[in-house]
Amino acid sequence: MTYYPELLRGMWVTSRHFFQNFNRFVGRALGMKVKRPLVTFQYPEERRPIAPRWRGRHRLMLRPDGAPRCVACMMCETACPDKCIYITAGEALDGRVEKYPVAFEIDLLRCCFCGLCVEACPEDAIRMDSGYIDLGGYSRAEFYMDRDFMLKDSALTTHAQYRGELDGVVVTRVDLLAQAKQH
Amino acid sequence: MFIDLGIIVGKIAFVLVNILNGAGILTWVERKQSALISDRIGANRASILGIKLLGLVNSLADALKLIFKEDFVPPRGVRVLHFLAPVFAMAPVFFTMAIIPFGPPIELWGREVKLQILDLDIGMLYILAFGSMAVYGTMLAGWASNSKYALLGGMRASAQMISYEIILGLSLIGPILVFGTLEPGRMVFAQNNYLWGWLPQWGVIMQPVAFLLFLPAAMAETKRAPFDLPEGESEIIGFATEYSGMRWGMFFLGEFAEIVVLAGVMTTVFFGGYHIPFLFDATEKLGQAGFHFPWGAYFPLGEWTVVILRMVAFGVKLSVLMWLQMQIRWTFPRFRYDQLMRVSWREMMPIALLNIAVTGLLVLWLAK
Repeated sequence: MTYYPELLRGMWVTSRHFFQNFNRFVGRALGMKVKRPLVTFQYPEERRPIAPRWRGRHRLMLRPDGAPRCVACMMCETACPDKCIYITAGEALDGRVEKYPVAFEIDLLRCCFCGLCVEACPEDAIRMDSGYIDLGGYSRAEFYMDRDFMLKDSALTTHAQYRGELDGVVVTRVDLLAQAKQH
Repeated sequence: MFIDLGIIVGKIAFVLVNILNGAGILTWVERKQSALISDRIGANRASILGIKLLGLVNSLADALKLIFKEDFVPPRGVRVLHFLAPVFAMAPVFFTMAIIPFGPPIELWGREVKLQILDLDIGMLYILAFGSMAVYGTMLAGWASNSKYALLGGMRASAQMISYEIILGLSLIGPILVFGTLEPGRMVFAQNNYLWGWLPQWGVIMQPVAFLLFLPAAMAETKRAPFDLPEGESEIIGFATEYSGMRWGMFFLGEFAEIVVLAGVMTTVFFGGYHIPFLFDATEKLGQAGFHFPWGAYFPLGEWTVVILRMVAFGVKLSVLMWLQMQIRWTFPRFRYDQLMRVSWREMMPIALLNIAVTGLLVLWLAK
């Protein structure tokens, strides 16, 4: 018996929403200035603003000279709870670091976007702040990101501001402090 | 003779075009209304040369999609019945509309023309008879699909529809007793009388309980939420599981047409048909057409203005009732099957019988 009054209450709520939005629609059609009434984003043309705390798809950072920052230490691969990072290390020939990633692949279909790889990285080489929200694809292969794909989102200017004068010397604490100041 | 034929064909064409358009537009209304309820915009992406018509083009795109979709008949399904089932689900709905008066009787070329295709003395029985025909559609669809799930879905659907058919019939007996006729045209005519001189004798005022029973029973007959257990498109396996393309579309177009028709029946029986309170035509008030208010005021109107006003009133009442059905559909959660049956047999049925008894006694008492 308590069910029936609640039905009327439900009708009241939905009807209120309907008429409010309907009046706004009519108002807009008549040229009246109404504030944006509805929550819909016209997705491909119009994107939802991303919060500064957003963590999107992974990207790999570069040193100022354009080489990947990653030193293939395997920390992220170890920290990854989903085991979706696959790194193949190779000996670096430039003499500044010992190793570099010959291959660095992430299987996004397994990734749970927990950010533990970002936390684990001692070089600040991997970040998840690139703002990508459209993680769609037509085949499994499209979710398998390789090193160059993840590097291409990292313009040199984006991190030169953190560590420009350090000129390739890897000092992660400075980076972190600068980052902390940035936000 | 040709004029008579022309008038009949004209009336049939008018009603058919209105139902079909109504059903088509309801597919759009459903999307837009549900969107507005949940603070969205709704269908607006389809366009022809950049013309979107507030999303109406989406209905056209839907129709095209359904027509060109693969029309699948299950192997070893009964081909003929599989083809006939959507027809059985859709056709009776159109027959029902034939006896709904959509306007007052008018005079054309020296004839009295009733704006009602069929002037049938057993009108209400006719409505109920064709209403129950729709059960064949669901049952045959389930049977012809050669699928146990579809068959069980069809059984479930027909059990539900027959249960609510009874409530539908019982709830209509009240108004029949009150108005003393089965013919919808005369029922509408009776609703332009006034209690104590000012309260219009609409069915909803004379028989509020019958209306409260009729509305949910009618919605259960349309097989839409909260009574959408027969199909439950994406969650429950129903009678239409093995249907695709336009044949699937016909089931749902039939449903939308049913909404129009049920709104028509409700308007006729419970909301005074084409009547506007205190608006009379010349034959009812000794040649003085127009508004006659109970406090004696008189607002004269032309004879044809009254006719047009009344037809518009019918359309408005129809639209409001269709809106109400949509709103209910997008508000209430679906019943569980045992709840569905309990509501029908243990809650609505006794109330309906009580309503008939009380109405009968009152009619007897007042007639003395």
